[in-house]
Amino acid sequence: MKSIEQINEKISSGKAVVLTAEEIIDYVDEKGLEQAAKEVDVVTTATFGPMCSSGCFINLGHSKPKMRITEAWLDDVSAYAGVAAVDLFLGATQLQANDPANRDYPGDFRFGGGHVMEKLVAGEEVQLFALSYGTDEYPLKELRTTLTINDLNQCIMVNPRNCYQNYNVAVNTSDKPIHTYLGYLKPHMKNCGYSSAGQLSPLLNDPFYRTIGVGTRVWLAGAQGHVYSEGTQHSPTCERGLLGVPSEGAGTLALTGDMKKMLPEFVRGVSLKGYGISLSVGVGIPIPILDEQMLLQTTIRDRDIMAQVIDYASDYPQRNGRVLGSVSYEELKSGSISLDGQKIEAGGLSSYSKARKIAALLQDEIKTGRFLLTQPIAPLPVEQSMKPLKESSL
Amino acid sequence: MSDEIQTKKLMLYFPECETEKPIVYHLVKDYDLIINIFRARVTPEDEGYLVLDVTGTEEHILQGSEYIRSLGIRIDGVNKGLIWDKDKCAQCGCCVPHCPTNALSIPDRRTMEIVFNTEECIECLSCIKVCPFGAVSSLF
Ligand code: SF4
Ligand code: SF4
Repeated sequence: MKSIEQINEKISSGKAVVLTAEEIIDYVDEKGLEQAAKEVDVVTTATFGPMCSSGCFINLGHSKPKMRITEAWLDDVSAYAGVAAVDLFLGATQLQANDPANRDYPGDFRFGGGHVMEKLVAGEEVQLFALSYGTDEYPLKELRTTLTINDLNQCIMVNPRNCYQNYNVAVNTSDKPIHTYLGYLKPHMKNCGYSSAGQLSPLLNDPFYRTIGVGTRVWLAGAQGHVYSEGTQHSPTCERGLLGVPSEGAGTLALTGDMKKMLPEFVRGVSLKGYGISLSVGVGIPIPILDEQMLLQTTIRDRDIMAQVIDYASDYPQRNGRVLGSVSYEELKSGSISLDGQKIEAGGLSSYSKARKIAALLQDEIKTGRFLLTQPIAPLPVEQSMKPLKESSL
Repeated sequence: MSDEIQTKKLMLYFPECETEKPIVYHLVKDYDLIINIFRARVTPEDEGYLVLDVTGTEEHILQGSEYIRSLGIRIDGVNKGLIWDKDKCAQCGCCVPHCPTNALSIPDRRTMEIVFNTEECIECLSCIKVCPFGAVSSLF
């Protein structure tokens, strides 16, 4: 049994043994659980994929004369200004003004909040347009300027829902193609879309949130951020398989971090034809190996992680709750799955190769003493399920 | 010069489409080449693009190419109509099931890295429609 303090001491002295969630599998096979638990201090997990429910708080600093902003646009993408005089909230899924959306179906959705966030992190110039009604101490009524992230007073990313523990596999049983947030789905289940880093994914390596909790320091697109709450739609009461790993959505994390410290490679605007805009973000989370049980959890492999196949042509939009079947991540990553004897081509939305890169970057930061672990200040709920919307007849 | 039959993918660029000549007809008839056209486009400015495969002996392909050049048409044997930007690619793999020829593929399922093989690409443009990161684009 090790404590986080002991692990941090080893990290600070450059002696910590850190393996990625991929490397640990073979390591434990080779050394045995008991021996490996003694040797290994940290396992790094990671994921990179679209995280709708993302955005950022921007504090612009004050103009001269001052302005109490009531409406604002960044590169013509509306940012919410009802927070404070010069605080804006930019949502990742907000469309650029005048985007035809799905009027000309399927719409292209070329640019939105996620792309503005990508540009900011890349250090590119963004246009600000703001309006106000003017007050005695905030007289300015209109402002137009260009800014880069360096000009902003602060730019703080918030992901109210990130790192979904597991996710649906989407198929289309209808006879028309459909456009979904899991990609373009051909008719008659010719292909499927999925989104998870499988065996590298943070919450699949700590399925009961023993080490990941409120206050946990995370690697958020290269910055050191943290978990500030359970994520929205956190619903850990669910079907679970081997080692308690959920076979459906389950837990989520709410994350925050300083966008000024992020790396452009890991903050990317997403355009999903016929669906809309989103943001892909890279996250890495270290798992302290406190004991053998914790180590065992991190040995979960793709072949043992199951995901539910859902029909996005009818059951998903109609909330029927029907599940067509279950497939493993090993199958999904092989490029095709089989369901009722039919071969279905599989394409991911989350990037396993980027997740590998993040797990390795975090591994390096910990090994070299630049990233220390934290003790959560509060656990995430382990029993909670998702409530549907109440609709009343008027 | 080898007599072996080979296939070459060429992109033709017509700066101004002044040629009235039936190019494909001449390539087939005069140079004994098999032509497979992937994509053609004439813009309102009268610029034109044509991406095609030519199959024949090395000598015939060379002579055919000379004939095309003599008409003031530029041949680009390196760039093709479809451009994959490695740095923009997030390696998601979303395009792979939509690529009919495996031009975009994941050769190593352990690392899941995406590889683009321009020779295999038939410019169907499916990947442009499904790529969420704008990593593939068309030159025209
Ligand atoms: S254009 Fe078609 S053939 Fe070429 S890479 Fe894209 S999907 Fe594949
Ligand atoms: S869909 Fe786009 S970003 Fe994803 S692998 Fe293909 S080219 Fe790269």
